[in-house]
Amino acid sequence: MKQLITIGAGVAGAALLSHPALAAPAAPVVATVDKGDTAWMMTSTILVLMMILPGLALFYGGLARTKNMLSVMTQIGAVAALAMLIWVMYGYTLAFGPDASDGLKPFISGFGKAFLAGITPASQAATFTKGVEIPEYVFVSFQMTFAAITVALVLGSVIERIKFSAVMLFAAVWLTIVYFPVAHMVWAAGGLFFEMGALDFAGGTVVHINAGVSALVAAVLLGKRLGFPAERMAPHSLTLTMVGTGLLWVGWFGFNAGSALEANGSAALAMINTFVATASAGLFWMLAEKVSGHKGSALGFCSGIIAGLVAVTPAAGNSGPFGAIVLGAVAAIICFVAVTIIKPRLGYDDSLDAFGIHGVGGIVGALGTAIVYAPALGGPGPEDYAIGAKLIVQLAAVGTTIVWAAIGTTIAFYIARAVTGGRVSKDVEMEGLDLGEHGERAYNY
Amino acid sequence: MKLVIAIIKPFKLDEVREALTDIGVAGMTVTEVKGFGRQKGQTEIYRGAEYSTNMVPKIKIEVVCASDVAPRVVEAVQASANTGAIGDGKIFVLDVGQAVRIRTGETDQTAL
Repeated sequence: MKQLITIGAGVAGAALLSHPALAAPAAPVVATVDKGDTAWMMTSTILVLMMILPGLALFYGGLARTKNMLSVMTQIGAVAALAMLIWVMYGYTLAFGPDASDGLKPFISGFGKAFLAGITPASQAATFTKGVEIPEYVFVSFQMTFAAITVALVLGSVIERIKFSAVMLFAAVWLTIVYFPVAHMVWAAGGLFFEMGALDFAGGTVVHINAGVSALVAAVLLGKRLGFPAERMAPHSLTLTMVGTGLLWVGWFGFNAGSALEANGSAALAMINTFVATASAGLFWMLAEKVSGHKGSALGFCSGIIAGLVAVTPAAGNSGPFGAIVLGAVAAIICFVAVTIIKPRLGYDDSLDAFGIHGVGGIVGALGTAIVYAPALGGPGPEDYAIGAKLIVQLAAVGTTIVWAAIGTTIAFYIARAVTGGRVSKDVEMEGLDLGEHGERAYNY
Repeated sequence: MKLVIAIIKPFKLDEVREALTDIGVAGMTVTEVKGFGRQKGQTEIYRGAEYSTNMVPKIKIEVVCASDVAPRVVEAVQASANTGAIGDGKIFVLDVGQAVRIRTGETDQTAL
């Protein structure tokens, strides 16, 4: 017997608007699973895995110093693996499980699907089209990769000085009190931002603002690296950073176009936007470098690519291609200012600019989505769409996420520090975390 | 005998080698080195963070030759390694007391 599961798999507010029926509990129609949709979602899921290992590991690893390369890659791989296990144990049910009590419903789901209880190969999860569903295991896996990459992104601000044990404990607590609730709020029917009609196609709020703000808070609480900012801390291999950037870009198609949950026109729109917004941002970052008197650099290109990908994430299926190009350009310029001017002035040590690019780019993307969604600007919004009203909704979602992430990260950080000590010793930091924390070297010449 | 030590820009190595071969120099030792002179290094910028690298990559060439050939070696290196820009490098000439070819035991000029 086919089991009909309504989990409010609302990954896009856009779909909520175009399919208002989804907001209400789905009617008991016989929903079918399409093999094409399923194949695309399985592909997307694996593309997102590629963003983590090797994508993010190489991107971040190349930006670190030689002595910490391996520790960066190990931390990213290990927290991603931990996130996967926690996700199937209780993460999925907290984010997308059965409704909790009315008071908790806007923030979290119930425990009914803990340890994936009741899910079988016949279980189905809703998409944005009535009557079209995908196997629930695919939906569980797809969303699992989002949790895994988000917690890995946070590490970009604290690498080169944090203990491996602190990373693991922080990740477990952070996922529980920050990621799962925010994912529920944005994407699950009944979630706070979902009900507000906030637009977040593929995780601008859940992934990037969430991770970026958490990264900033964690970096400030952990303190600066020894020698920052006087000592030379140049990236040890921009070649690997470029390879990682490329893998991230390719993987991001799973992230963005996969968030349509079907192989359809919405996925196609997300796909083209993920091409052009990113291309625009990569070039505009280099242009910003040139205008400010420097040379257009490889790192600048890579940084722009990531900024564009981040900014187009909430807008992927919520913008026309030319809106996406403008969004990418604006995000690149604002992120450039954030990491080259604002960060040095404020003096915090966000090692790899997890906040400067993911946090700032995510906020630009979330707010910009309210603008580029307008049909007058080529977006897929309805005819009577009002930019101002949606901008307020987006602002409220962004603001709430910032506060939630900041408080949750503080709690998670203090727990991790109390149990593990948080920072490595000065000797280990000087010698490098590769040897000090893992007993290996990244490079044996 | 003289030892000519030349510190040059890395991309000039092939030209210098050709120039030295043309005047009959039979061998040389080349090392990748780092250092600085009046050029005082370079500045690199990574996402707004400026790093001045005070050690610039260079190539060190060592050539041992007969004393009367040394001026021509110096002249050939000076001409072929010259770009006219800052950081072209320097040439030093030292006296050499003895030379021995390990394989045959030949000494001094015949060992070169």
